[in-house]
Amino acid sequence: MSVNVRIPTILRTYTGGQAEVSAEGATLAEVIESLEKNHPGIAARVLDDSGKLRRFVNVYVNDDDVRFEDGLQTATPEGAGVSIIPAVAGGC
Amino acid sequence: MAVHTLASTTGSVSLGPATALSCRECGERFDLAPIFACQSCFGPLEAAYDLPTGDPEALRARIEAGPNNIWRYAPLLPVPEDVATKPNLNPGFTKLVKADNLARELGVTGGLHVKDDSGNPTHSFKDRVVAIALEAARAFGFTTLSCSSTGNLAGAVGAAAARAGLRSCVFIPHDLEAGKVVMAAVYGGELVGIEGTYDDVNRFCSELIGDPLGEGWGFVNVNLRPYYAEGSKTLAYEICEQLGWRLPDNLVIPIASGSQLTKIDKGLKELVGLGLVEDRPYKIFGAQAEGCSPVSRAFKDGHDVVRPVKPSTIAKSLAIGNPADGPYVLDICRRTGGAVEDVTDEQVVDAIKLLARTEGIFAETAGGVTVGVLRKLIETGQLDPAAETVVLNTGDGLKTLDAVAPTTGPTATIRPSLDAFRQAGLAG
Repeated sequence: MSVNVRIPTILRTYTGGQAEVSAEGATLAEVIESLEKNHPGIAARVLDDSGKLRRFVNVYVNDDDVRFEDGLQTATPEGAGVSIIPAVAGGC
Repeated sequence: MAVHTLASTTGSVSLGPATALSCRECGERFDLAPIFACQSCFGPLEAAYDLPTGDPEALRARIEAGPNNIWRYAPLLPVPEDVATKPNLNPGFTKLVKADNLARELGVTGGLHVKDDSGNPTHSFKDRVVAIALEAARAFGFTTLSCSSTGNLAGAVGAAAARAGLRSCVFIPHDLEAGKVVMAAVYGGELVGIEGTYDDVNRFCSELIGDPLGEGWGFVNVNLRPYYAEGSKTLAYEICEQLGWRLPDNLVIPIASGSQLTKIDKGLKELVGLGLVEDRPYKIFGAQAEGCSPVSRAFKDGHDVVRPVKPSTIAKSLAIGNPADGPYVLDICRRTGGAVEDVTDEQVVDAIKLLARTEGIFAETAGGVTVGVLRKLIETGQLDPAAETVVLNTGDGLKTLDAVAPTTGPTATIRPSLDAFRQAGLAG
């Protein structure tokens, strides 16, 4: 499965400044693996030492927050849009 | 964008005692810049200071001689020294109401106060945080002021931008209360309704900020959030000063993202550290509406991670299902011996009416949440009624009339005659 991943500003050092890159994978975990292959170092920014999503990272597959879905096992259908977004925003 | 690039382009920004941004998670430090998440761990960045230590009496005298607004605390805020001379809404120094009638009703014997922030220029506490964000926006050269908002913030940003002569463009969920929509639109900036919840709006703004479309925009609660959030410290400063430079025993604070609660705690600790108040224990209690209570749930379940929820409550200003500062709220409420509690929408409405009929304060739904939670905390033995308590009202009931309108109205409608009045049973 090929998906489009939106990269937040603070991770663009890993993607040569690109705001959007493509990646492969049938699940979010596989997509992150694919990102790591092409942009080494990026996975450690998104995942903590135990391999879970960092608590201040939100990931959306299309419009769905993966925390409401299956987390890293959330399916990423062909052509899906994946957004990685810092969770520390909004409110007061 | 690398940290070192930021350092070379923004290192000259001067925001008073603020010296750097520091990651709350891993402690990494960054130069003052319009960034909000740690480049290493995505943790929240917050302002770090070189505060004026050494002579508490002189600092207290300086504060007391300052203007009757938040700028009296400028030595403790990330703002330029001449901040009071710039066009700003100058919010703050709102009333701390000694709520004896409410105390009697609730059985509080140790003293009860309502910090009534409906008295701010746009009738909510948001004017405090926006005032600080505006100064940061000026310092970083932004020409458009923006935000994601549940309503109150949109109005505060629109008004502050109008006063400062900046453009504003604010984003809200499309289904907000009519009063808040009008208050956000009237200041002449652009107001955009997003089809979705507040969390959807927030996500949209986070994406916009990383896109060339958002170039030159200062989002007060995204890329200016480390500065903006500091404005809530002024609630702590004011409460203590208005109590005669001392800490209350308990504070009951609403939780939306949780930032306000964490910054009040930060403000209290600063006052202790500076010697402006005596160091003694205080308890912080967080308040949520049951229909959006992810932090309360986590507190009760003993978790230190907050699982997001999809909100459904009349307390729309608190309807943030994925609260950014939730984990820190849990830490603070546990550390201080407080708690996080929630109330139903019906209890929110009851509490709005209770505060109105006992103290003459018409609170918005968020104020109903705090007063309702205060009542529940007392009833369940979680808050000691013999201790001194401050409860926050963060907004004006005129903005959320829909919440009380169905159950509030004229006692009677009569002909203009004494007979009719007598017959209605209203005499004496």
